[in-house]
Amino acid sequence: MTAQRDGWGSRVGLILAMAGNAVGLGNFLRFPVQAVNNGGGAFIIPYLVSFLVMGIPLLWIEWSMGRFGGKHGNHCTPYILDTMTKQRFFKYFGVFGIWTNIAVAAYYCYIESWTMSYVFHSLGRSFEGMTQSQVASFFQDYINITTTTTGIPYEAVIFYVACLLLNTWILSRGLSGGVERTAKVGMPLLILFGIFLAIRGVTLGTSGATPEHPDANAWAGLDFLWNPQFDSLSNPSVWLAAAGQIFFTLSVGMGTIHCYAAYVKSRDDIALNAMSAGWMNEFVEVVLGSLIVIPIAAGYLGLDWVRENASFGMAFQTMPFLFENWGPFFATLAGVFWFGLLFFAGITSSLAMGTPWMGFMRDEFGFSREKSAWSFGAIVLILGLPTVFFYNQGVFGEYDYWAGTVSLVVFALAESILFAWVFGMDRGWKEITDGADMKVPTIYRFIIKFVTPVFLLFVFLGSVFRPREEWGQAFGMLFRGEGWTLDNGSLIKQLSFGGIKEQIAAATDPAVIAGLEEQMYFITIARIILTAAFLGICVLVYIAYRKRKAQGRAQ
Amino acid sequence: MSTAAIVMMVLTMSIVTYFTVYFFIKVLRTPPRTEGDPDQS
Repeated sequence: MTAQRDGWGSRVGLILAMAGNAVGLGNFLRFPVQAVNNGGGAFIIPYLVSFLVMGIPLLWIEWSMGRFGGKHGNHCTPYILDTMTKQRFFKYFGVFGIWTNIAVAAYYCYIESWTMSYVFHSLGRSFEGMTQSQVASFFQDYINITTTTTGIPYEAVIFYVACLLLNTWILSRGLSGGVERTAKVGMPLLILFGIFLAIRGVTLGTSGATPEHPDANAWAGLDFLWNPQFDSLSNPSVWLAAAGQIFFTLSVGMGTIHCYAAYVKSRDDIALNAMSAGWMNEFVEVVLGSLIVIPIAAGYLGLDWVRENASFGMAFQTMPFLFENWGPFFATLAGVFWFGLLFFAGITSSLAMGTPWMGFMRDEFGFSREKSAWSFGAIVLILGLPTVFFYNQGVFGEYDYWAGTVSLVVFALAESILFAWVFGMDRGWKEITDGADMKVPTIYRFIIKFVTPVFLLFVFLGSVFRPREEWGQAFGMLFRGEGWTLDNGSLIKQLSFGGIKEQIAAATDPAVIAGLEEQMYFITIARIILTAAFLGICVLVYIAYRKRKAQGRAQ
Repeated sequence: MSTAAIVMMVLTMSIVTYFTVYFFIKVLRTPPRTEGDPDQS
């Protein structure tokens, strides 16, 4: 086993890195859209309830598992889990904690490279004089890698590789010298940039109305986002959406928190640290995230436009157009701030994704810090290039679904059961409260053991069996003997290409059918790549186990 | 904006900001642990 000499330089640096791990593009783009689609202001109620009974417990579970693993010289999830139980198969569950990060980093770094590129485009005034549709086309041209927006051939690939190189270089500098320094610079700047844009969002009012959009009103956007529709609270879909948003926003179920926490000293606090990092993420999401995209878009394009078009794509296809309303200086500043904060949100997350692989390779195979960082970069490049070249063929979406959605829930469910029921709440509670610089409410013993796993089970089952109708309607149909119609977004339908097959059946144009069949082909290839990567890591874990056994270190 | 929306927004943001600042300041004010310090919890 390699002696892990890495560690955190400061407590504040650790918290900023953990918060950076959680804060991502979703804080600014996913949360407001989820709120708009799920009851407006009433969404906050299930959202905060989910944070209290699922988010905070999972943070404490993962931080304490990480520190526990670190005490035994384990810095990634396979052997952190292995240390917690005599049941040997759990270390293969821990493979999720490496695989998820590699697979997500593969496409996440691509998005990150877009933000990097758009900072330069903002500085270079690329969007000056463009209409909204021209700005949207600009993005389509950008991701169509054979087109160039700057004259640089294969521009999107160049920025992707540059972004990966930057991530790899920072990772090679270690935790305190690389990751922590980036967080200490990036997180305060992210918050500062966000405050500037949020102030603009709140103060825009009706000043953005034009003859094309006479009803444009930023406050109408805020009203739509925050006006509570309490009847939505009886809709299970809203609760599932809220739980899902808390899940993804905190970056739990990935293995990154375990890895970061594994470098916390054994007697240092994790309870207060976890709370501070968690609430910092909530501040960025609820306060800053809700005050930028929706009000600014509503302030220039109107509420109806926002209702129909609110989506992730607005970040690149709409916001640059809106900023141009502020004159050349402030448009440039806003573009740099907007894409800059998205870049910092992205890079602090992607750096976290590198550390589980690095921890595993250093612990088990004696890799140096540099070798483990560069091997991470190489693997992510190999896995990621298909998402770059075949973006429009569904590869990107497929990676995001299995690695960025399903696996998080599966792993979180497994670890919550392991922590509370296998490792045991007595030991688990001791791990959470050891060295704690805050009083951890005793009710959380009950919540972690009973409420959190049940909550997670509902989230998982909800995604597997999501019905086409509303949940209440679906159960009514089931009890009447009318069966259960799965939504195309359910796991079962996703696995069986349900949505694409329906589209093929409905299509009449041979070109459309051929395109859809091509999409099925590329999605199958993506699944093979992801499965091979997972199995490959399982093999490495097994090899590591054999090495440990030979050295007398295996349990 | 409607009164309900303003109340919801201000209340939620105030709660989130309060806890964010509260826990971060608590971190800043907690003295670093030295070897041999007893458990605080």
